[in-house]
Amino acid sequence: MGVIEARDLRRTYKTTTGALRRRTVDVEAVRGVSFEVGEGELFGLLGPNGAGKTTTIKMLITLLIPTAGEARVLGFDVVKDAREVRKRIGYVFGGDRGVYERLSALDNLRYFAELYAVPAREQKRRIAELLDLVGLAGREKERVEGYSRGMRQRLHVARGLLHDPPVLFLDEPTIGLDPVGARELRATIASLTAIGKTVLLTTHYMFEADALCDRIAVIAEGKIVAEGTPRDLKAGVARGKVVEIEVYGTADEAVERLRVVEGVRSVSVEERDQAQVLVVQVDGEREVTHALLGRLDGSSVGRVSSREPTLEDAYVALVTAE
Amino acid sequence: MNAVRIVLVGFVLHLKMLSRSAFTGILGVIWPLFFATTAFFMFRTRHDPSALLYASLGASVMGIWSATSVTASSAIQRQRWEGTLEPIVATPAHFSLVQLPIAIAMSTIGIYSMASTLLWGRLLFGIHLRMVHPLLFCLAVPVTIVSIGMLGFLLSVTVVRYRTAWALGNALEYPIWLVCGFLVPLSLFPGWVRPISWALAPTWGVRAIREAALGGSPLWDVAACAALGLGYGVIGALLVGTVLRSARARATLSLT
Repeated sequence: MGVIEARDLRRTYKTTTGALRRRTVDVEAVRGVSFEVGEGELFGLLGPNGAGKTTTIKMLITLLIPTAGEARVLGFDVVKDAREVRKRIGYVFGGDRGVYERLSALDNLRYFAELYAVPAREQKRRIAELLDLVGLAGREKERVEGYSRGMRQRLHVARGLLHDPPVLFLDEPTIGLDPVGARELRATIASLTAIGKTVLLTTHYMFEADALCDRIAVIAEGKIVAEGTPRDLKAGVARGKVVEIEVYGTADEAVERLRVVEGVRSVSVEERDQAQVLVVQVDGEREVTHALLGRLDGSSVGRVSSREPTLEDAYVALVTAE
Repeated sequence: MNAVRIVLVGFVLHLKMLSRSAFTGILGVIWPLFFATTAFFMFRTRHDPSALLYASLGASVMGIWSATSVTASSAIQRQRWEGTLEPIVATPAHFSLVQLPIAIAMSTIGIYSMASTLLWGRLLFGIHLRMVHPLLFCLAVPVTIVSIGMLGFLLSVTVVRYRTAWALGNALEYPIWLVCGFLVPLSLFPGWVRPISWALAPTWGVRAIREAALGGSPLWDVAACAALGLGYGVIGALLVGTVLRSARARATLSLT
């Protein structure tokens, strides 16, 4: 039995459009997601913005009721046994909201320690340990409104660990952090599984998932499109190659023209200074460079290069596949 | 035991947050003075010191109610904006234990309004705060504050489910001033208004405070005020589970 189990989870939102003639529209955010996370595993849910990562995590942490399907955490149903689930999980999300700005970090932690029923005699020691762990010791009496984004994020992590939960849900925890802050936070996350925590991490940073996760599920448009270890996912594209073509100003229409070339698996665009780089994933060792350039006839083309695929290419191929 | 600690710690920390807001503080002190001044001018025409004290006490409770009605309803919405609503709901604590101290902290901030109104009346209109039953006055004030806080809690529970229900508090601010007899005696209203007034704790609260100051037997009013406050608390606590489940089903806990 997995520590976290999701079976055919679905979630539909109702939104209304129009001012006078109001119309209700159903938006399917999650469309049948299933996965299992084992004890002590760091499992990554990877996908672009709007793929359904946060909706999935919110169903698992009992903030949303699934429209269909079921999910269990440590054997407890997330709908029927919500309170039991909440006692055993920690939740950390990205961004600088979600903390009481006019209170100090210490008061924020003290309040949540009460809400998580941390025994009064243990609170002081536990809070001190966590402030040390996240590097906020010495700044804990300052009001949070004066904190940087990274400090707030670290406060989120401390709050998520207050009651020493066996399972942690981290929803894009490094979003918006500077590279040094993000690297420090990743080190903290990596240390969590070393002390036996089971972690579900959502991110849209490929390198982050690659560096941290034991297994990854790639989610796109509400469905899981691939699941496996980072090595498995890389192997999926290892047989191909990647051609990168620099173009100037015609990237969007070029994408459509290149997609139809035989042997092309996917095409994506990266902005680099004044130029756009068309990243073309090609099946096998097929030589398609001439065919690609032929399709770009009339466009302003710069440097053309070819390289081995990376995990990021695997990810892009999965989430852009039609 | 843990429930008591959650309420106490929540109350202290929310009071701390509210006290640190200069805007809330200044508004709480200045806003009721406009209405109190109007009341003092109205009642001054009677040349009766008791009538002026009657108006002064009514205006001071108006301030407590205003602080609670507007802010308690918007408290949940503010937590949505600040992103703290979801982390709170994700804890195992019963949500009423989280929300109740917030509402009571809001009504406690109404003490600013009460103090400023009474001081304004003393300094500008020469209204002396005489107390026939000082001990009962000291009992009636906190009971009224807590009961008004409970009513604010009941209002705020509806906002968990409906994102725009925070406007309910604003809509109820002035009608409650009237039907609870803060300014005008209830005997002036049509008979059908009275059952509504009796169901509202502030009616009994302001009556208890006035009787404690001007003379009378405020104990019954204090008891009625406390009982109604308790009733609001129980109804709110019972409703909160249903309302939260509905909010989870309809995804109204967050802004988007």
